[in-house]
Amino acid sequence: MAKRIDVTGLTAFYGTHRAIEGISMHVQPKSVTAFIGPSGCGKSTFLRTLNRMHEVTPGGRVEGQVMLDNEDLYGPGVDPVQVRRNIGMVFQRPNPFPTMSIYDNVVAGLKLNGKFSRAELDEVVEKNLRGANLWNEVKDRLHKPGSGLSGGQQQRLCIARATAVEPDVLLMDEPCSALDPISTLAIEDLISQLKSRFTIVIVTHNMQQAARVSERTAFFNLAAVGQPGKLIEIDTTDRIFSNPSVQATEDYISGRFG
Amino acid sequence: MPATQTDSSPPGGLEPAPRRPSAVRPGDRIFSGLSKGAGITLLVIMAAIAVFLSIRAAVAISANEGNFLTTFEWDANASPPYFGIAVLLFGTVVSSVIAMVLAVPVAVGIALFISHYAPRRVAGTLGYVVDLLAAVPSIIYGLWGALFLVPQMTGLYSWLDQFLGWTGIFAYDNTPARSLMTVGILLAIMILPIITSVTREIFKQTPKAHEEAALALGATRWEVIRMTVLPFGRSGVISASMLGLGRALGETMAVATVLSPAFLINISLLESGGGTFAQNIASQFKEAGSMGRDALIASGLVLFLLTLLVNGAARLIIARRKEFTS
Repeated sequence: MAKRIDVTGLTAFYGTHRAIEGISMHVQPKSVTAFIGPSGCGKSTFLRTLNRMHEVTPGGRVEGQVMLDNEDLYGPGVDPVQVRRNIGMVFQRPNPFPTMSIYDNVVAGLKLNGKFSRAELDEVVEKNLRGANLWNEVKDRLHKPGSGLSGGQQQRLCIARATAVEPDVLLMDEPCSALDPISTLAIEDLISQLKSRFTIVIVTHNMQQAARVSERTAFFNLAAVGQPGKLIEIDTTDRIFSNPSVQATEDYISGRFG
Repeated sequence: MPATQTDSSPPGGLEPAPRRPSAVRPGDRIFSGLSKGAGITLLVIMAAIAVFLSIRAAVAISANEGNFLTTFEWDANASPPYFGIAVLLFGTVVSSVIAMVLAVPVAVGIALFISHYAPRRVAGTLGYVVDLLAAVPSIIYGLWGALFLVPQMTGLYSWLDQFLGWTGIFAYDNTPARSLMTVGILLAIMILPIITSVTREIFKQTPKAHEEAALALGATRWEVIRMTVLPFGRSGVISASMLGLGRALGETMAVATVLSPAFLINISLLESGGGTFAQNIASQFKEAGSMGRDALIASGLVLFLLTLLVNGAARLIIARRKEFTS
């Protein structure tokens, strides 16, 4: 079930270094929100604070509040493992488990949650591989290793793996940056389909991609190297790309820097 | 993805291009010569050892009055010589198996602790201590085993006898514990560092991307290890174990110091007596005559073959699931 995300005054640290500072925003359910900005502006770091992956990095620490509907993800007694089960993530490089078959990759998350019958698993595999537009390509080799697929197929497998646990939110960290244009198009189509089921947040370096897939776009920037990244503005994608309210956004969009 | 090697022939090449003689640079030629030479040297050494062992062994085996495989005695200096490797094979295999059963799980545990659980500073210190342990000469282990471990074992063995004595395997008669079990325990301690440091390095190389994939699915730390680290390190653990097993099979001084040698096969692993190939060679070589030496070399040949067999088996295990390793 898609949920909304409300972030208030979020600051993330690596040791004593502030990577991002004072970020507040709302993410609408069943929509695609894109994060854009120059390298090092902290958009990936911010994404990783949304499913508590940031704290996995040694020295990673977060201050502020992230609410998923009415649940505080950083509240006392909240188990980060549970948070990550409800918020799926797709990474920059396709990373299917190399020692598992395609089938086992899709149900890997499900198997963590408990016992399922073979029939249930079969159903989940088919549903999510179809959902990832991958079923027709792999249905005859479900028990072959996932590492034998092409990069774009591997990334769609990773999306199927993330959706198989029916998360509330799907986070995507530059999911197409390692892919060729045709695979990128396939993933973008997929994102448009998936937003009917999930809340999607996508980090991208590709502004056309942000314009194509997202309803809302957030622009991140940093004052200088070594300074913490900040959220400059978040608005509907149309407005960000046609008539942004901050000059820095317009400069970035029009290619004057970054 | 399978690597295709089709680029070595010139492109388009029905007609070999006359203006492109393959320009071999001197650096390339020297290095390729050196590495080829090193490879060939290795094969030659292996062959030389095998030939030497076979020739000398053949002399002894053809003169042997006993059955080389099943005789329980070692009277190689008598004429005619009368000897067999049954006891040695049994002792070598049993003590090594005990060592592996004890050492591998502990080593994998330590390696996982160092690579994935311990705080960085603790991990560094512990890794250093483990490496240090690998540098202790085997005679030191032997002395420690004979003077400390052997007397300490009687209590444990009596306890085992009390509860498991009925199996026969764990019967114990309160003699000094200079038995295959003690040897196995000592060997386990000796091979622990090498297995630990190799597996630790393998575990550390688990791609971050795979661990993060598991974490993002909501895996706990143990589940991350089970889903990514262990499958990734599997062949490495097998290789490391084989290194350890190789050392256990061939260990000489420590075994000779601890074991009280006797040419018999005890059903009980806890009672004194028995022997291993390496230990037997070391303890008999000095007093052996020409035939006695050849007999010992014959037993060495069996040890050589045993190690080859074990390594081959390990390679088979690794190759069987190659498709699923990146």
